[in-house]
Amino acid sequence: MTTEHGAVKTGDVVARVEDLHVHFSVSRSAPVRAVDGVSLEVRRGETLGLVGESGSGKSTTGLALLRLVDATGGRVEVGGQDVTDWSRRRVRSLRRRVSMVFQDPAASLDPRLTVGASITEPLIVHDLAASRDARRSRVAELLEMVGLRADMADRRPHEMSGGQKQRVGIARALAGEPDLIVLDEPIASLDLSVQAQIMNLLRGLQEQLGLTYLFISHDLAAVEHMSDRVAVMYLGRIVETGTPEQIYRNPAHPYTAALLSAVPTADPEAERRRRRITLHGDVPSPVNPPSGCRFRTRCPAARDNCATTDPELYEVEPGHRAACLYAVEAVEEMRAGAATTP
Amino acid sequence: MSEPVLSIENLSVSFSSRRGVARVVDGVDWEVHPGQTLAVVGESGSGKSMTVLAATGLSPRGAKVGGTVRLRGEDLGAMSEVERRRARGRHVGFVYQDPMTSLNPVMPVGRQVTEASEEHLGLRGDDARSRAVELLDMVGIPSPEQRVDNYPHQFSGGMRQRVVIAMALANDPELLIADEATTALDVTTQAQILELVESLQERLGTAVVWITHDLGVVAGIADQVAVMYGGRILEHGTVDHIFGSPGHPYTQALLAARPQPGVRADRLATIPGAPPVPHQLPPGCAFYPRCPVRGDERCRTEEPPLTEIAPGHRVRTFYRAPHSGIERPAS
Repeated sequence: MTTEHGAVKTGDVVARVEDLHVHFSVSRSAPVRAVDGVSLEVRRGETLGLVGESGSGKSTTGLALLRLVDATGGRVEVGGQDVTDWSRRRVRSLRRRVSMVFQDPAASLDPRLTVGASITEPLIVHDLAASRDARRSRVAELLEMVGLRADMADRRPHEMSGGQKQRVGIARALAGEPDLIVLDEPIASLDLSVQAQIMNLLRGLQEQLGLTYLFISHDLAAVEHMSDRVAVMYLGRIVETGTPEQIYRNPAHPYTAALLSAVPTADPEAERRRRRITLHGDVPSPVNPPSGCRFRTRCPAARDNCATTDPELYEVEPGHRAACLYAVEAVEEMRAGAATTP
Repeated sequence: MSEPVLSIENLSVSFSSRRGVARVVDGVDWEVHPGQTLAVVGESGSGKSMTVLAATGLSPRGAKVGGTVRLRGEDLGAMSEVERRRARGRHVGFVYQDPMTSLNPVMPVGRQVTEASEEHLGLRGDDARSRAVELLDMVGIPSPEQRVDNYPHQFSGGMRQRVVIAMALANDPELLIADEATTALDVTTQAQILELVESLQERLGTAVVWITHDLGVVAGIADQVAVMYGGRILEHGTVDHIFGSPGHPYTQALLAARPQPGVRADRLATIPGAPPVPHQLPPGCAFYPRCPVRGDERCRTEEPPLTEIAPGHRVRTFYRAPHSGIERPAS
């Protein structure tokens, strides 16, 4: 099994999944293959952006790193240790090393607890502060780190704005000084003017504390802004990985190219010139993914053998990999096609 | 220019509660013409949805609505509730964010699509059914003859939104109101829906009011743009005015807050704080507490008027910031 990136020093890897499968069984019918053979590595100090549409398996991959869902195949490694089969008890210590920030800050905080109590919870669970005083001063410190006043500790979530609640969610995730923070759509439910604040906060904390992020989002512009490397997912698989420059300037996989061409930009002149590569139909069911390449049913450049060969990720240039038999070539063909249709 | 399909003048909506009076919409004017798209942009609590609800007579109970609304030249305020309902049902179609809130889960989609036509056009039986098939075909649902008898759960999210659009277009409305109609959809599906609405608009000459927070969508579809904040319009102009030479510090800050494609700046420009809550609006300019320009005492105490700075381009500010719009290499 090849890993997601060839030339890596193992010491640098904070977390890794190898050939991860997460299949959910619903009664006796065929399982939903939410994640179906994903391999990736997150290296210390970087942000790996995981981008894809709904049902691509990006969030499930993030949950698997905390063992919030169990792998039905493959391995999950954190800090060089295989945590795939850790007991419930041991998993608790895993969640100090890998923490998570969720999309909806209102839903991820207990409405009855003060903000201070919510942040104290992980300190107690992981036994990180011996006395009440130590906990209180740690809470104050964490609140200040995320740009809130220490006296906010006495507030309850309903007294705060969405952005402030998300800051609390981030403070909670920082409490155990984790090796990796999984950020699952952390800005998706925030107002535009507040999204920028949260992205700046996350980048600032990363520089200050040397944090490592897995940034999961469907927002392509946000992923480009936040990430050192990007992995694009489609129907339970990674279809392309590379640096933001490689992925956004020279996408090699037809799906990435179509996805990028569908994102509207805030520039009316560019929008008038835009030639969209329109995908037809819907994402197929993850219960029965298409044979061969999963994207072939919607791919404007699909060929006959796309139905029979399941493409693996291969390198199209150093550090840039795509899972398409006709990578690059197919994208050029699609662009030419899009340019001729009015 | 043709007569506007919908025009609103000095529209206001307020609610009284124990916490005081909340003016959620305050002195809003705009109009939309046949075949045109007006985008109403704003963050949560800006009053963008409430403006349109009040304009179509759908504001929630307890709302005090003021101002004049004309649909096809007729004053909606002068009509009885029954007449208003008839005018709305006959001439206006609505598409909301979540298609499942617009669809009845236990009724075949075909019947839902033509339900309003039964009411307003007296369409019945086989006629209604064939009209439903025609509408589903028009919005790009494959094999509509079979799908007409399916239930909403048998459709994907994007297909459901197509059904809702078919429903909205059933009576050949002059006006389509889309409130965050693509927000819940994936980008590739969003692209399909935007293209669909554009092509239908071209064919049918429908006027569209598109309410959204997504500036990218606005840049792609709008002719006119109204930027709302704290219940007021802060800036109003053509799509090129708003993106090319924005005059209000808020519009400029909003445009700068989005990461630019291909530019990985260290820090994004931010707007401090959060949008105001309607019952705690600042006394002067609603944007004053967060404004990067921060003029003077006047901004704090006095509300700036909406002033025309170029033909068709109006801005509500005492101090226009120097920066202007998207930077594009000269060509």
